[in-house]
Amino acid sequence: MHPVLVLVVQRIALGLLLLLAVSAVIFLGVEALPGDTAQAILGQQATPEALANLREKLGLNDPAITRYFRWLGGVLTGDLGTALTNGADIATSIGQRLGNTLFLAGCAAAISVPLAIILGLIAARYAGRWPDKLISGVTLTTISLPEFVAAYFVIYLLTQVFPVFQPVAMVFPGMSFWAKLQAVALPVIVLVVVVLAHMMRMTRAAILNVMQSAYIETAELKGLSPMTVIWRHAFPNAIAPVVAVVMLNMAYLVVGVVVVEVVFSYNALGQYLVDHVSKRDLPVVQAVGLIFAAVYITLNMLADVIGIISNPRLRHPK
Amino acid sequence: MADNTLLEIRGLVIQATSYPPGEPPKEVTLVHGVDLTLQRGRVLGLIGESGAGKSTIGLSAMAYGRGGVRLTGGTITLNGREIRLASPAALRSLRGREVTYVSQSAAASFNPAKRLMEQVIETSIAHGVMTRPEAEARAVLLFRKLGLPNPETFGNRYPHQVSGGQLQRAMTAMALCPKPDLVIFDEPTTALDVTTQIDVLAAIKEAIRDTQVAALYITHDLAVVAQVADEIMVLRHGRMVELGETAQIIKEPRQDYTRALVSVRSLEHAEKPPAPPVLRIEGLTARYRGTHFDVLKRVSVELPKGQTLAVVGESGSGKSTLARAITGLLPPSSGRITFDGRELSPDLAGRSKDDLREIQMIYQMADTAMNPRQTVGTIIGRPLEFYFGLKGAARDRRVQELLDEIEMGKGFADRYPAELSGGQKQRVCIARALAAKPKLIICDEVTSALDPLVADGILKLLLNLQAIEHVAYLFITHDLATVRAIADKIAVMYKGQVVRYGQKSDVLAPPFDDYTDLLLSSVPEMEVGWLEQVIAHRKMESAGN
Repeated sequence: MHPVLVLVVQRIALGLLLLLAVSAVIFLGVEALPGDTAQAILGQQATPEALANLREKLGLNDPAITRYFRWLGGVLTGDLGTALTNGADIATSIGQRLGNTLFLAGCAAAISVPLAIILGLIAARYAGRWPDKLISGVTLTTISLPEFVAAYFVIYLLTQVFPVFQPVAMVFPGMSFWAKLQAVALPVIVLVVVVLAHMMRMTRAAILNVMQSAYIETAELKGLSPMTVIWRHAFPNAIAPVVAVVMLNMAYLVVGVVVVEVVFSYNALGQYLVDHVSKRDLPVVQAVGLIFAAVYITLNMLADVIGIISNPRLRHPK
Repeated sequence: MADNTLLEIRGLVIQATSYPPGEPPKEVTLVHGVDLTLQRGRVLGLIGESGAGKSTIGLSAMAYGRGGVRLTGGTITLNGREIRLASPAALRSLRGREVTYVSQSAAASFNPAKRLMEQVIETSIAHGVMTRPEAEARAVLLFRKLGLPNPETFGNRYPHQVSGGQLQRAMTAMALCPKPDLVIFDEPTTALDVTTQIDVLAAIKEAIRDTQVAALYITHDLAVVAQVADEIMVLRHGRMVELGETAQIIKEPRQDYTRALVSVRSLEHAEKPPAPPVLRIEGLTARYRGTHFDVLKRVSVELPKGQTLAVVGESGSGKSTLARAITGLLPPSSGRITFDGRELSPDLAGRSKDDLREIQMIYQMADTAMNPRQTVGTIIGRPLEFYFGLKGAARDRRVQELLDEIEMGKGFADRYPAELSGGQKQRVCIARALAAKPKLIICDEVTSALDPLVADGILKLLLNLQAIEHVAYLFITHDLATVRAIADKIAVMYKGQVVRYGQKSDVLAPPFDDYTDLLLSSVPEMEVGWLEQVIAHRKMESAGN
């Protein structure tokens, strides 16, 4: 078998193992919370008999390990259980919101990743000169800004001063793609502003690190233009660290944007999680936690795999 | 006669800013007004020690300053145009088009992420010299001319897939591909094994002759440059010492410094009579963890007390692995090491403090073998504290004694490694080894990174110290001149085995085995036409077989 394939398969196996471990941690975490599901359903005033009956009915008296595997088995077959608060099927509720989350994250990534890399290349090209200082200064400012501040600033600017967008990003089934794009424009702008700096600075640092290599001098002595040297000779050798940071930021776009979703009343996973945490709806918290973990692990696994494939020594062994 | 001048440099001054530790930055002048003229199709050798400014002058033919180096004065005329003050765009159009560059380390100079062909033809296409198919055809032609294996498909490989010698040839092909007027060869064979160097040197020479290209050939090895250059310029401290036809420089050098360069490496050392061994190695076999072949195969050698055993061989022959096995860093899979009458534990953990003290090491890179944040006094004082518990004034006194022994005077104890020259750093490493009062010092290529004259000084110092301290050396080297200068016994290693072993006079006397013969005949001799003779001789022999 090709050594790259072996490494990739190893990485994926490791990712799955990690996911299993995380599912156990999530289960244990929820388990460790005071009170249980029966208590949460019936409330503080419930009689001991009613609680015992409900526990029996829900199978809560079974040992934790049995309940864990019952839950895990459900997850694997697409059954995430039902929400306590409204009795809705969790998988169905999540499905639609996950779509919204991925749509928002996808739009933000589609703009921020290429922009960050291009800005990073330009900053590296003019390292220490004014374009570099300008780019680094502006992105450093935006990363220092808490995202809700950035969000309110963008709202003020683009709905009050220049009223081009709606301040609320409502999306619902049946909306056209174009209408959806318009609806998410503001949160996308905020997210781009928030994640840009990190990726841009990593690209710049990775390129500058590679620029110290002897083969960059070779390229310069070939009489190639500085941008050609960076794009053709430096960037291919800087892919792995850049991809690692890009993936971390994409994971953040999926799981970390609760604040932005709340500010824009965007109906997606983050808001769903926040709602149900406040209502102590444990099955929902458990399910959403697992999905967030899966997103993180998958994206980082993808970064590792791209890192492996981008390495010519692994791709073309002796 | 039409003017045939390709490159004319007049009064070249090159400066840089240096940042000495703890002091304000200051301007240093690297090259003080050097003049140089190169005719089309001629080869000029630039020779000198490190710091002589030879690479800096070579790169000035492309108006390129490496690092913070600035070309601050004089004129550089290439193909009739002044280029020192040319615009970046003008420089880009001549770099890679009129002048190309071959560096010392081709392994580092090729982009690891791109196929060789892509890199070899890049310049020709970027400058519009040729179309892609033309450039590829020319690259294959050059691969063939330079003796690369499978020239048709060689370019499909990535740099890490071919050997160092092949990369050096590929870099020569890359330099010749756009049909430049001038190629700068910057120590192109220095990093290669002596047996590989001769082939690469012959390939380069033939390529220069066939393509009629002019060349600046930069090296510190006079014997090497004598094989390829028409003229030689000797440089020292950024100034020209002597310029002349190659034969004149090596036969009748006019300046003292040139004479010293010519006679370097003629150090001879009379071998000592046999003595009882301090180190006996029997049937040593070793492999690295996770690998499936033995790096050392049943190695058996003896090193007499107070004498020197030279271990010779090319890279990958297992010389340094032998050192690691003796020091206990790599426990052997079988075999015995007897030291001073007692058997040594195979691994480090099983050795006593005295075992550790009595075997010391000196490395090739003195730079990386010292903590840059410790003073020389702390570095040498450390083994004194660790092994003998010396402290305070007693320790300082002993440090000074050791500094005197390595011929470095007062005041060095407070300096940092960065303030020392290459030779001084290696002397400090020797003093650190001596501080432990060892019976055996393993010297791993200790002179390989040094200039010839400095290396000679280190070898003389080691011999003097041996006479005083009666310490034995296991001297690992790939350089046969060094072996002649220091060894009493020699072990020739090839692919993990000792192929020839004995007293120096026996090992270096015919009849030779094939490998030793190849090794000995590959060492460049300071003689015009030596390369052609050896190559012709080898061709004849292989035709005879």
